[in-house]
Amino acid sequence: MASSNEEILAGLAEIVNEETGLATEAVELDKSFTEDLDIDSISMMTIVVNAEEKFGVRIPDEEVKNLKTVGDAVSFIAGAQA
Amino acid sequence: MTRKVVITGLGATTPIGGDVPTMWNNALKGVSGARTLEDDWVAKYELPVHFAARCSTPALDVLSRVEAKRMDPSTQFGVIAAREAWADAGITDIDQDRLAVAFATGIGGVWTLLEAWDTLKEKGPRRVLPMTVPMLMPNGVAAAVSLDLGARAGAHTPVSACASGTEAMHLGLDLIRSGKADVVMCGGAEAAIHPMPLAAFASMQALSRRNDEPERASRPYDTARDGFVMGEGAGALVLEAEEHALARGARIYGELAGTSVTADAYHITAPDPEGLGATRALKAAMFDGRIQAEDVVHVNAHATSTPVGDKPEYIALRAALGKHVDNVAVSATKSQMGHLLGASGAVEAVLTVLAVHDRKAPVTINLENQDPEIPLDVVTSARDLPAGNIVALSNSFGFGGHNAVIAVRSV
Repeated sequence: MASSNEEILAGLAEIVNEETGLATEAVELDKSFTEDLDIDSISMMTIVVNAEEKFGVRIPDEEVKNLKTVGDAVSFIAGAQA
Repeated sequence: MTRKVVITGLGATTPIGGDVPTMWNNALKGVSGARTLEDDWVAKYELPVHFAARCSTPALDVLSRVEAKRMDPSTQFGVIAAREAWADAGITDIDQDRLAVAFATGIGGVWTLLEAWDTLKEKGPRRVLPMTVPMLMPNGVAAAVSLDLGARAGAHTPVSACASGTEAMHLGLDLIRSGKADVVMCGGAEAAIHPMPLAAFASMQALSRRNDEPERASRPYDTARDGFVMGEGAGALVLEAEEHALARGARIYGELAGTSVTADAYHITAPDPEGLGATRALKAAMFDGRIQAEDVVHVNAHATSTPVGDKPEYIALRAALGKHVDNVAVSATKSQMGHLLGASGAVEAVLTVLAVHDRKAPVTINLENQDPEIPLDVVTSARDLPAGNIVALSNSFGFGGHNAVIAVRSV
């Protein structure tokens, strides 16, 4: 079932919080995973795999490098669900 | 002139205490950390052994959830013990290029390895966590401690089964004496209370099966001993060049006077029945520390409570100390906390240092009928050690024929 962008953002924020301890409010659409949220590549892969399970989508490895901001990830997941 | 090395910080998390003061207090009282395992996997896999000695303080009570997620349980215990030892040492100003880590494990990240294998089988490769490799590698604990402290003079992981923790002390002493470091965080960590290692140790008949009385199962030197009790946890000690410790006015617990490592080259698991390798290790550690038999007042024995293991150690002690062995207060602390495998030598080193510093030998519990073939003076209620210059030894032996001994001298 497709989720709204708000639902995807909230779900993603929970996953990021679980992996890194960052407050969910810090996970905003314009935030860069590496620059702003200080998420390394290993954490990023964990977040990706958890997001795949949560949202029932597949995020190919070659796509992960294009997900620079939280907004990029939300858009990709929304598109993959559609 | 050999550099003198002293111990200035202690840390531990064990089945009889989640920190050093609690552990030491219990070690002098004589308590058992062994309990029946409530986990559903005991029945699911029909394990022949239903009990073990878990850490009394869960790692998640000490570490944050996010911190713990990235560490195997063995590394969690190691980091907890190392942080306590570091805070205890009170070092505030250190050249990080002169700070090393020697942190041992017997098995490494066995929980991580086996859970990842379960995940692969049940959910496929995509779900195997990207942190799996750094969490399962045996050097994971040394690496985590090095990161935590900013230790840059090498992070080493001696692996010699149940002698690993003591071998870490041997390496630490060497690193300082040879001038490669001024301070070394030494220790050992283990977390193997998982159904597979329990099944494997049980399969080789190494574990006690006293399922109806877990607290009475670990009974070194007792005629009714029937195997060891699996424990878990970590011990950590800050070794420091004496001049470095004196320059900062540090509290000094004792001197790590000598250490040694030998190999039996006899059998992959059975101890040499004549204890020749252990004898050579004891003699070598005493030679290394310029120690006479008469200086030795206390031994923290390896004594795991297996039918075959306890006696060769006695033979070795008699061979190394001669008649003086009758005057030595021997403690078998695995009677209380079980066998922490690669962490046991580190935790027992902490106990040995405290015995010398506080001049008290910890208790051996469950000794009801002492094996007549092992006529040692076993400490069954906390005993004062003499005043003056004293030395205590701690032995560790591991599958593979590894023998390691440390000698701690009072200051």
